[in-house]
Amino acid sequence: MAETSQDVKVYKMGAWSPGPGCHGGCGVEVHVQDGKVVKVEGMDDHPWYQGRACPRVLAMTQYIYHPNRLKYPLKRAGERGEGKWERISWDEAYDICEKRLREIAGKWGPESVVFTQGTGRDVGGMMTLLAYAYGSPNWTMLGLSGHSCFTPQLAAGYVMQGDFTFPDAAQFLKKRYDDPEFVVPKVTISWGSTLNRACVDHYWSGHWFIDLMKRGAKLIVIDPRCTWEATRAALWLQPRPGTDGALALAFLNVVVKENLYDKKFVEKWCHGFDKMAERVEKFTPKWASEISWVPEEKIIQAARMFAENRPSSIEIGRPVEGNPEGNQVIMNIHRLIAITGNLDVPGGNTICRSAYAVTTYPYSTEEVIQLYGADLHWKLSQKRIGADKYPLVKNFRAWAQEDAIIEQMETGKPYSIHGLWIQANNFLANQAQDTKRHYEACKKLDFNVVVEIFMTPTAQLLADIVLPAGSFPEKDSLYCIGGPLNVIRKVIDVPECKSDWEINFTLAKRLNPTAVPWKDVREMLTERMTPSGYTFEQLCDKVWDLAPKGHPCGSTPYRRYESGLLRPDKKPGFRTPTTKVELYCTSYEKWGYDPLPYYREIEPESPVKTPEIYQKYPLIMMTGRRSPVLFHSEHRQIPWLRSLDPHPIVEINPETAEEQGIENGDWVWIEGTMGKFKRKAKVTPIIHPRTIMVPHAWWLPETEGKSPYNYGIWDLNCNQLIPMGYNDASGFGGGPISGMLCKVYKA
Amino acid sequence: MARNGLLIDYQYCTGCQSCVVACQQEHSYPDGKWGIKVDEKVFMDPAKPDSIRIDYVPFPTEFCDLCAARRKRKERPACVKHCQAWCMYSGSLTEMVKLMEKMPRSVLYSR
Repeated sequence: MAETSQDVKVYKMGAWSPGPGCHGGCGVEVHVQDGKVVKVEGMDDHPWYQGRACPRVLAMTQYIYHPNRLKYPLKRAGERGEGKWERISWDEAYDICEKRLREIAGKWGPESVVFTQGTGRDVGGMMTLLAYAYGSPNWTMLGLSGHSCFTPQLAAGYVMQGDFTFPDAAQFLKKRYDDPEFVVPKVTISWGSTLNRACVDHYWSGHWFIDLMKRGAKLIVIDPRCTWEATRAALWLQPRPGTDGALALAFLNVVVKENLYDKKFVEKWCHGFDKMAERVEKFTPKWASEISWVPEEKIIQAARMFAENRPSSIEIGRPVEGNPEGNQVIMNIHRLIAITGNLDVPGGNTICRSAYAVTTYPYSTEEVIQLYGADLHWKLSQKRIGADKYPLVKNFRAWAQEDAIIEQMETGKPYSIHGLWIQANNFLANQAQDTKRHYEACKKLDFNVVVEIFMTPTAQLLADIVLPAGSFPEKDSLYCIGGPLNVIRKVIDVPECKSDWEINFTLAKRLNPTAVPWKDVREMLTERMTPSGYTFEQLCDKVWDLAPKGHPCGSTPYRRYESGLLRPDKKPGFRTPTTKVELYCTSYEKWGYDPLPYYREIEPESPVKTPEIYQKYPLIMMTGRRSPVLFHSEHRQIPWLRSLDPHPIVEINPETAEEQGIENGDWVWIEGTMGKFKRKAKVTPIIHPRTIMVPHAWWLPETEGKSPYNYGIWDLNCNQLIPMGYNDASGFGGGPISGMLCKVYKA
Repeated sequence: MARNGLLIDYQYCTGCQSCVVACQQEHSYPDGKWGIKVDEKVFMDPAKPDSIRIDYVPFPTEFCDLCAARRKRKERPACVKHCQAWCMYSGSLTEMVKLMEKMPRSVLYSR
């Protein structure tokens, strides 16, 4: 076998790339023989996952050498959606892109091209490089109303305490759990986060919960589905989907009323406790119980368990922010973490910053400025879509508001949109709520480019040019959003596929050479790495590094607010206007939002809000549960992975199924007020009888790609039942991703 | 010769599927041929909805050779190394039985 041969070279690196959808920055060993990857293994001497690896990265050989990979640039030969493509050279592809983008910029201004990326991996680095070199302020994801995926967590952390946090699993310590400074949390909450899905969330690998449990941590699970971890938890709360906000408020109520908060921390480091305490008085466990279906005594028990057993921590899963009030829910969870004295302490929720402050992909306003300069950033912010309407969109980070983009495509106001750069983003299959509306808006544009690894429904339906990108061992890049700074390096070549960094670098240089002064990607990465002191080549040898203890981005010592490590002026405190954790949020007050905790029932439909619709559609549709083997819309074509999660299913409780005469494996319609789609029933008691769970992002790459079938997305896509337009007042928060009403019946 | 075993502490198996794919990659098994496969068992007493229990149990097939080639190179079997919950162990049967005594729920495979 290959690995016994003498000529196998093993390269150590991080995995963080759109190819495949790696989020966690795990360390891997890429085994290369005769210029081909023959195996990928976990890296034992990497602190993040310590030799472990997820099935997706273990299946890399089937991914890299898949016969259906995009192998050369394509130019559309028929109408959009007709599936007719012509092979072109890279030179021609770059020429066309440059010419068309220049034309659009000349006629309507560069802001009329929107740059949309898929979920966060290193792609944000190359997207901003290209968008800003071109002069467009419109960098975004598209499809999730107010960025209901992780961005509310960033934004809520930013306004509350100047930084975002993750539970401490010693992930910032080189010796991990053996480091003497680390303390195992007594209690840790997994809130809407499926742990066996590995690294599908940034900064956090689900199995760290297991590591903590083995070391004595008790687990509280908050999840409308009975997950594996719910069956291993000390306490499981099963809320009605979309009511996490009510639970968070009731937890605050109990902690305040029963004096379970950390008085010293609150007095010294928090702003506005009394006002917050007064506001949460009305949010009693009884009130929350009626809203959330969770028994009152369980809410009280969870609040006490969390507050009385310090240190304790909370992992916030994506469904928590996939709610119209996503920002608000997360702000209240942050309030809970802070007042219980669990912020930036060992075993609590630690503040996360990228190692040595190296960044390629900006996660905060500060990082955008670090990369592109304050002048350009604030100039571009004036025209960013949504910035006029939402102060938080203008002032935090640099993402254009997603729903506002589609509205602007439709109305042409305040300025018209003419092009889309779509990179590692299959939004028509994956995340675009009201999918048809997204499709209709985007198909009218003059020029769309898709950069991808495989042909997708989005590329088939929208692209004029398709550019074939490389997977992570095919490119030079960095993992630099938290945890170790990892090198990602090109160790193989797949003919005619190019690294996504290289594609954007080349085009950005053609469009605006002064914005791209480096001779190649490596030189640029070396400059980006300046704060670490490494060159790219040096990091290739070193593989990974964590900032040392005492570094503001080292995450240790803990309690960095005490020693002035968090603020640019080096004063003690947090990176907020008051230097405190803002329980009363002064930024929110300044921008005209409610600075104190509140609750808004999920919209536009819910058993409470629209009882008449609930009568006709008696089930709540949740979407988006993660798969251990498939990530978002990826991996459906990888044999080893697909056969472990082969069907586009819907989870239905046996009681509900019986009422409708549905048996396991039957095809069923899921119908709501906006339409219907089809799934295969998986009858299982893990789901509440009044809810269903629809795994999102299903398409069938083995079927017809051209219109009208488009790999089955119009048959299978659950987002067709989810409307746009329900984000919160700040412009953030998602739609009712798990909250629309529906019924299910045999197809 | 002392026999070897694969011990699975399924109190902690989360069904992450890493063992399954690690094994297929290691042996270049095509799709449909597995050296190990994970079974999901969901149980609920209908009278007590709170009684749900989910267990994942990996079971080795006849194509599991306990990674003989890897062991020769002093490497752990591919499944044991990559198990994300760190709930798999390999070694001599005597060692494995000793470990087993401390586990609330485990299964041992030998060959």
